[in-house]
Amino acid sequence: MTAGLPATIPRPVRAAAAFVMGKAISLFARIVTAPRAIWAGIEPTPRQRVYFGNHTSNGDFVLIWTVLPRAMRAQTRPVAALDYWLTSSLRAFIGRDVFNAVLIDRRPEERNEDPVAQMVTALDEGASLILFPEGKRNSSDERLLPFKSGLFHLATRRPEVDLVPVWISNLNRVMPKGEVIPVPLICTLTFGAPLHLAPGEAKDAFLGRASAALLALAERPMA
Amino acid sequence: MTSPPELIWLLAAVAAILIVATLIGEALRARLSPDGSNPVIENLNARIAAWWAMVVLLAIAFLAGRTGVVLLFAILSFAGLREFLTLTEKAPADHWALAASFFVILPVQYWLIGIDWYGFYAIFVPVYAFLLLPVVSALRGGTKDFLTRVAETQWALMICVYCASHVPALLTLQIPGYEGRSVILIAWLIFTVQFSDVMQYVWGKLFGRHKIAPEVSPSKTWEGFLGGIATAVAAGTALFWITPFTPWQAAGMALVTCLMGFFGGLVMSAIKRDKGVKDWGHLIAGHGGFLDRLDSVIFAAPIFFHLIRYFWSAT
Repeated sequence: MTAGLPATIPRPVRAAAAFVMGKAISLFARIVTAPRAIWAGIEPTPRQRVYFGNHTSNGDFVLIWTVLPRAMRAQTRPVAALDYWLTSSLRAFIGRDVFNAVLIDRRPEERNEDPVAQMVTALDEGASLILFPEGKRNSSDERLLPFKSGLFHLATRRPEVDLVPVWISNLNRVMPKGEVIPVPLICTLTFGAPLHLAPGEAKDAFLGRASAALLALAERPMA
Repeated sequence: MTSPPELIWLLAAVAAILIVATLIGEALRARLSPDGSNPVIENLNARIAAWWAMVVLLAIAFLAGRTGVVLLFAILSFAGLREFLTLTEKAPADHWALAASFFVILPVQYWLIGIDWYGFYAIFVPVYAFLLLPVVSALRGGTKDFLTRVAETQWALMICVYCASHVPALLTLQIPGYEGRSVILIAWLIFTVQFSDVMQYVWGKLFGRHKIAPEVSPSKTWEGFLGGIATAVAAGTALFWITPFTPWQAAGMALVTCLMGFFGGLVMSAIKRDKGVKDWGHLIAGHGGFLDRLDSVIFAAPIFFHLIRYFWSAT
């Protein structure tokens, strides 16, 4: 596996390149999807949060990142699959330098770091996180796949952090899996009321509640 | 292309109207809604602010000449098509047809207008796109709701690309004795139709009682319709001296374009109702989407174009 730009490139140059690339990716996302944020149950204030959304496209976290106010963007890190983002030097540059992703390994037999521990470390450093609890892109006919347990473990370890559901609509139509050219369509991101783990709440009950909260945003009538 | 002096005068007059509107909006806010709590006044001020931006953009495009106008409307078509196709019926099998709408049909239509190939741009979308795009969808399979899908895509292209592109197409008209000034036709059309929209809103807000089509649009009233169109026709007629029209011709053209503009608002409202949305988009603060602002111009432009081409143009 490669690790982004060669390490010999000086830090300021890397940082500048990452800044420009971030702007370019955001601009492209805006041109293609004109993303619209609807804050339904929570305001865009700079509190520490874990945004968890439905996962239909690799552009999901880019859209969430793009619609956040500028000051919040810098401290919001997507949680992404290392086994995808480190497979080419361009992906690695985008994942690491541009979005400062928390890269976790989805393959238990290969990894030497616990994904939940990595996320907790990032939270303790003051970052907010963007997380897709389905674990992989949903290309099925179901609106939402069953959640993986990571969200529950995160809620258990750091119960004070707001868990904010974010429903992303239409992005699967912009860029269905396997297509190369995106179709420009307006995407809407609905941010819902924050969740916390209830005292003594069991894993399945909590994940069911989180999943239902996310789905409820999808079924919310359009304004 | 140098800008004709009449264009500068018209832009200056519009700026003067906007200054007055801004002062009225601020005075109303200071008097009735100092804490920003009155939604009608906040919306009014947002609309006026957006008008400033739209007029400045249009003015820049006008001053940049034909390339600027063609480019501006190509971008507006893109934004409008993005709004329209967001709401239409589609299946994964349509992906290439939809991508081709944005990245082939739209640029080709505006390129044809740029090179003034009337024989082709007049039929490109209604004949070639109409016949060939469904082939792309059919080849990729998936027959569920097929007719609905291809019909809605074609409607989106007709409205957002074909009809909208008739605004820059006005630049290609050769009117004897009016050479080099056709950009004024665009300015006059947009001014008259949009002024009609604004005046319908104002008359409707002040005196609106009897709804025209309550099921489609609760804000369209007979009082707003009659007052707005009468005011805009009077304004368009008063500007006859910048157009190739006599005063009576200007009045007739203003009446036709304002009526088409009203119909555009009505039809596009019916589509929004059908799709369960209030606005086409969210990018123009106070107005909604691009199509919310352009619907009237889109409906008026092709008719305006063809009337001038038939009665005034040399070609």
